[in-house]
Amino acid sequence: MLIVKNLHVRVGDKPILRGIDLEVHAGEVHAIMGPNGSGKSTLAQVIAGRDTYEVTQGEVYYEGVPLLEMEPEERAREGVFMAFQYPVAIPGLSNTRFLHAALNAIRKHRGLPELDAIDFLALIREKAAFLQMDAGLLERPVNEGFSGGEKKRNEIFQMAVLQPRLAILDETDSGLDIDALKIVANGVNSLRRPGRAFIVVTHYQRLLSYIVPDRVHVLYEGSIVRSGGKELALELEASGYGGLQRGAARDAAPALP
Amino acid sequence: MGTQQAGDAFLRNLDGLRGHTVASRPSWLGELRGAALGRFTRLGFPTTRQEEWRFTDLSRMLSIRFEPACGGASDGLASEAWALVHALPGPRVVLVDGHFRADLSVTAAGRGIVVDSLCRVLRDSPGLLAPHLAHYAPWREHPFVALNTGLATEGVFVQLAAGAVQEEPVHLVHLWTAAGKARVAHPRALILAEPNSRAAIVESYWGSHGSVSLTNAVTEIVVGRGAVLEHAKLQEEGDEAFHMATVQVHQQSRSSFTSHVVFLGGSLARNEINIRLEGRRCRCTLNGLYWARGRQHMDLRTRIDHAQPACASEELYKGILDERARGVFNGKIYVHRAAQQTDAKQTNRALVLSDQARVNTKPQLEIFADDVRCTHGATVGQIEPEAMFYLRSRGIAERRARQLLIWAFANDVVGRIGLAPLRTAVEQLLTAGDGLSVGPVAGRLP
Ligand SMILES: Nc1ncnc2c1ncn2[C@@H]1O[C@H](COP(=O)(O)OP(=O)(O)OP(=O)(O)O)[C@@H](O)[C@H]1O
Ligand SMILES: [Mg+2]
Repeated sequence: MLIVKNLHVRVGDKPILRGIDLEVHAGEVHAIMGPNGSGKSTLAQVIAGRDTYEVTQGEVYYEGVPLLEMEPEERAREGVFMAFQYPVAIPGLSNTRFLHAALNAIRKHRGLPELDAIDFLALIREKAAFLQMDAGLLERPVNEGFSGGEKKRNEIFQMAVLQPRLAILDETDSGLDIDALKIVANGVNSLRRPGRAFIVVTHYQRLLSYIVPDRVHVLYEGSIVRSGGKELALELEASGYGGLQRGAARDAAPALP
Repeated sequence: MGTQQAGDAFLRNLDGLRGHTVASRPSWLGELRGAALGRFTRLGFPTTRQEEWRFTDLSRMLSIRFEPACGGASDGLASEAWALVHALPGPRVVLVDGHFRADLSVTAAGRGIVVDSLCRVLRDSPGLLAPHLAHYAPWREHPFVALNTGLATEGVFVQLAAGAVQEEPVHLVHLWTAAGKARVAHPRALILAEPNSRAAIVESYWGSHGSVSLTNAVTEIVVGRGAVLEHAKLQEEGDEAFHMATVQVHQQSRSSFTSHVVFLGGSLARNEINIRLEGRRCRCTLNGLYWARGRQHMDLRTRIDHAQPACASEELYKGILDERARGVFNGKIYVHRAAQQTDAKQTNRALVLSDQARVNTKPQLEIFADDVRCTHGATVGQIEPEAMFYLRSRGIAERRARQLLIWAFANDVVGRIGLAPLRTAVEQLLTAGDGLSVGPVAGRLP
């Protein structure tokens, strides 16, 4: 589903990703961990199409198609979704209006009829109820004045409405209380399908005990220095990132299976 | 042509205008008009050398030979105007080309409320006007207010009796018909909300594209003790219209006044709203939105005088500037020495969509009391790339994302309009409306 080959990315003169290789197959859940500033969000944003990052080398394929040439909205319509680490607030634009525009753009692209207001409202009420999201948030301006946890839940709510094929969740667990974490994890698990893949960026093993990953990768200074099964997350929880060093770690654990 | 010469040309026409001036009786009115015109002659038209007019050059307007408007036929008027008229079923006064149209108006003369043409009130009960007319608006200092005071031929009178609760909003409609000649009108409104009354009043100004007109409007409003008044002013005149206006508001103790100013039309349009908080514990809320495109020039001014203690004022003005448009915002808050425990908040934001658009914004705080809380924030910016990316990352096309973000910027103000029919009308002017939640596709949006 997603193949990242030797991806190098920089902002201005500053190299941030230095040769990322990653392969995610349909139906899988991959976790990406790594210290602050290691480049996790950068990778997520580059896949979603943020143009402030400059790709200097490497390729990304999504369903066999070169992803980097596509506009962000084309990627979304083809099924790429990123839950933002820091969702943007948009005063004056209601969540409902925003999501209705998004859903219909995606449906149109997929050759589906646009949903009218009544069907759309029924759909979002159902999804909101499933995620136990306060219905009041639907009519409020996008993320404006939302608490940290409400913003994260709103991202998952959008995902549930838009039904992507590849979902990247960038620290969706940070800011969630224990109950909310379970609800969000449940939401993600209920969306797991053979045809859908997830990349979950997180600092905490706790999330991964709810959303059990197939693979765990450690990003360190812009490279994936270790990859392994779900036990790797437990190991990191115990030992931290202290022992990781670019060269040494890479030799010890080849990044790709 | 310099402003002075232009002004002279304009003034030569005044002789013609004078002939049309109605009612120099009763005598107090004749004296007032004479004094105001005298004042005007001494003040002359403003020039860009005056601080208050630095960014608003009137020379093009003053080079035009305006003629006093004659009453026009009501056909060919903006359909949006009628849509709003029908959506507001309450009392209304309709002025077409500055002339009162009894056939289109629904006046009121009940015990709680009077809504009528100013001329009719002047004829039938001038005693209602004498203690108030021109007692508030600054005709001694402001040339356009002086001109209006000297030359107003028509207008509106609204009076709410003490304790009256007026459920249906009052609508004051000003329409310009299409015409080949350049016309001027000086509409005057006097609105008296007696103690503890409650009402909403909408002033709307409409016109046709391609016709030159000058609206020189003055509105005086007294909000009595404990009264609650919502006032909205919507200006959607034609693309060759000039609009100069002053709204003067005097608030008595514990009164509450909310103003919405929405400026979309005109070639050069200026609105000044001056609030005097003359009693304790008043509240006032000022919301404003202007959207200027093409070569439109919009100048929005607010001044709040906190003259008494423990009053609160809150202000949000936003402007959208596209193409070669020019915007000016000036917001003054003046806290007098006596006005302890003042709470004043002012925010103004401009969204600049084109490299060639310009905006000058100036918040001015003058504070002479020590126990006050005053805040102000001003921003001028473009569409935020983070917000654009957020929308696009959800599948929304770039052009559409831009529309939605402009809409959102405007809607932050429009959404505060309490009167649903007016809010809907403004939304429809901003967008073409394509269903409940999908949002704008056309209208003014690029
Ligand atoms: N627009 C930018 N301009 C300059 N530096 C940037 C920019 N975006 C990212 N960086 C830098 O790139 C590095 C990687 O940032 P990134 O946000 O990808 O880290 P992260 O792994 O997601 O960290 P965290 O765990 O704290 O979220 C950081 O040093 C960051 O300061
Ligand atoms: Mg991050």
